[in-house]
Amino acid sequence: MSAAPIEGRVVRLGDDVDTDVLLPGAYLNVTDPAELGRHLLEGYDPEVAARVQAGDVVVAGRNMGCGSSREHAVLALRARGVQAVVAESFARIFLRNCLNLGLPAVEHPAAARALADGERVRIDLGAGTVEGERGRWELPPQPPFLTELLRDGGLVPWVRRRLHAHDRER
Amino acid sequence: MSAPRTMTAKILAAHGLEELTPGAFGLARVDRVLVNDVSGAVAIRELARMGAERVFDPGRVACVADHFWPAKDARSAEHVARLRAFAEAQGIEAYFEAGATPTAGIEHAVIAEAGLVRPGDLLVGGDSHTCTAGALGALGIGVGSTDLAAAMALGELWLRVPETTAVRFRGTPGPYATGKDLILALLGRIGVDGATYQALELSGPAIDALDVDGRLAVCNMAVEAGAKSGLVAADAATIAWLAPRLEDPSSLAPLAPDDGAAYEHEVEVDVDGMGPLVARPPSPGDVRPVDELGEAVRVDQVYVGNCANGMISDLRQLVDVVGGRRVAPGVRLIVVPATQEVHRQAVAEGLVEALLDAGAMVSPPTCGACFGGHMGVLAAGETAVATTNRNFRGRMGHRDSRVFLANAYVAGAAAVAGELVHPSEVVG
Ligand code: SF4
Repeated sequence: MSAAPIEGRVVRLGDDVDTDVLLPGAYLNVTDPAELGRHLLEGYDPEVAARVQAGDVVVAGRNMGCGSSREHAVLALRARGVQAVVAESFARIFLRNCLNLGLPAVEHPAAARALADGERVRIDLGAGTVEGERGRWELPPQPPFLTELLRDGGLVPWVRRRLHAHDRER
Repeated sequence: MSAPRTMTAKILAAHGLEELTPGAFGLARVDRVLVNDVSGAVAIRELARMGAERVFDPGRVACVADHFWPAKDARSAEHVARLRAFAEAQGIEAYFEAGATPTAGIEHAVIAEAGLVRPGDLLVGGDSHTCTAGALGALGIGVGSTDLAAAMALGELWLRVPETTAVRFRGTPGPYATGKDLILALLGRIGVDGATYQALELSGPAIDALDVDGRLAVCNMAVEAGAKSGLVAADAATIAWLAPRLEDPSSLAPLAPDDGAAYEHEVEVDVDGMGPLVARPPSPGDVRPVDELGEAVRVDQVYVGNCANGMISDLRQLVDVVGGRRVAPGVRLIVVPATQEVHRQAVAEGLVEALLDAGAMVSPPTCGACFGGHMGVLAAGETAVATTNRNFRGRMGHRDSRVFLANAYVAGAAAVAGELVHPSEVVG
């Protein structure tokens, strides 16, 4: 995989950041990504919500994205220009949603603990490294399926490719 | 003979997964895809972007209007209109919209009632509480909208094989403890990420003794521990509950793990003599006995409803406490039967009348305020006791409101006393 390395400023969140604070339920009848993006983190802390800028990397503690399956939370992150999410651990549906939408989600407890609010971070998925001001961490090799999914650009193109393959077989 | 297998392994193997080592990736065939008005609004769009004109099998897709239904506003009405049109265009007969279809209600309850969940099934739903289906011995997996679209397009979904955990409840719970309290006890024990990515198989005499409603409550909150699914064995009680709901019940069979099946993790929870529990905001894992909260918790609203705890058993428990009594001044009691069938049954049993006499409001079936959508949203500074499953910050409304999770007996006692108390203090 040869995606360009990601460089951005860290916005630091805590443990157990649930999808209700990422994108409150009141906005679940919204589907326009730009509008969802405006409500990102509204339930978490208005000050942090206001600070998120295009190009940022969100870094969280344990159990990032727990709770609801709402893909709206990931759509909101993407719409605000968040480039990647790093966490000590992810809740499984949130992680799926990131991977399916092609938003890099990096699980690395030591890196997630060390990266501080406001510092610069560099994530090179191709080389499998995360680099911050206080360290450089190696990522474990990715399962081939996930590499394929990211290379395709997410689940929509992946399914489109499979559907075409089915058509050709007929 | 092959090695003894867990229920999860049996179901995954029966749906095309060859490699069953935890962490392996594979494609699983799905028996049922569950779409609601929120996840569907995005999934229908993604399905079109995938270039799929037809769903893989209209007989295997169920669409339910529940989150913002009856429509909260014009935008919600448009989403349900789109879902309705989608179901019609695709020939999806399992479409549920309260007021328009013979039965309807909150998705996880309504598909169970409609006989769309069978032991051994693999079900994916665009809702995290799809794990509720585990109450009937099915593997229910919650996913996001793009996954939902993929499952509708292909009839398959990519899965990572979970580690499987045996959760064994020991002993007999005390009075006023229900299925809700079993799962709260587990959450208090292992925490909100105590089972991340695991498949939980829950067992023990306290589980066996539960009716299907109680099992729905247990499996519903598996996701609150981070689990992929929560399963209980399908036994005679499961089959007796399901048989009248199926056109052809002859193929119904029990499902249990094989003797000696190997689990990656084992957890024992002692519930002997346990009383009712409460989860304090903002975490479903911050669990205490209701009489050991260490503070007086005055309540503004009591909410009895949601996909697992708005069943007929919950309404009966509620009426056991509030029947013949009055809701405390300044407290509002909102009751949301999970489905039209539950509502009808509650009317037939006189429960609705008893609730109205006590001062309660009874709503149509909806997700409503469970997720802060509508019909009972909290103001800043307000406190609710709810039989729902999440008490995250702002879950039911303003970010400075609080939600305590409890069973329907405790909810009833809070409605009458105006504060969180042990039900025996009200009933005597
Ligand atoms: S009732 Fe609540 S938890 Fe259940 S599906 Fe609806 S919003 Fe989700």
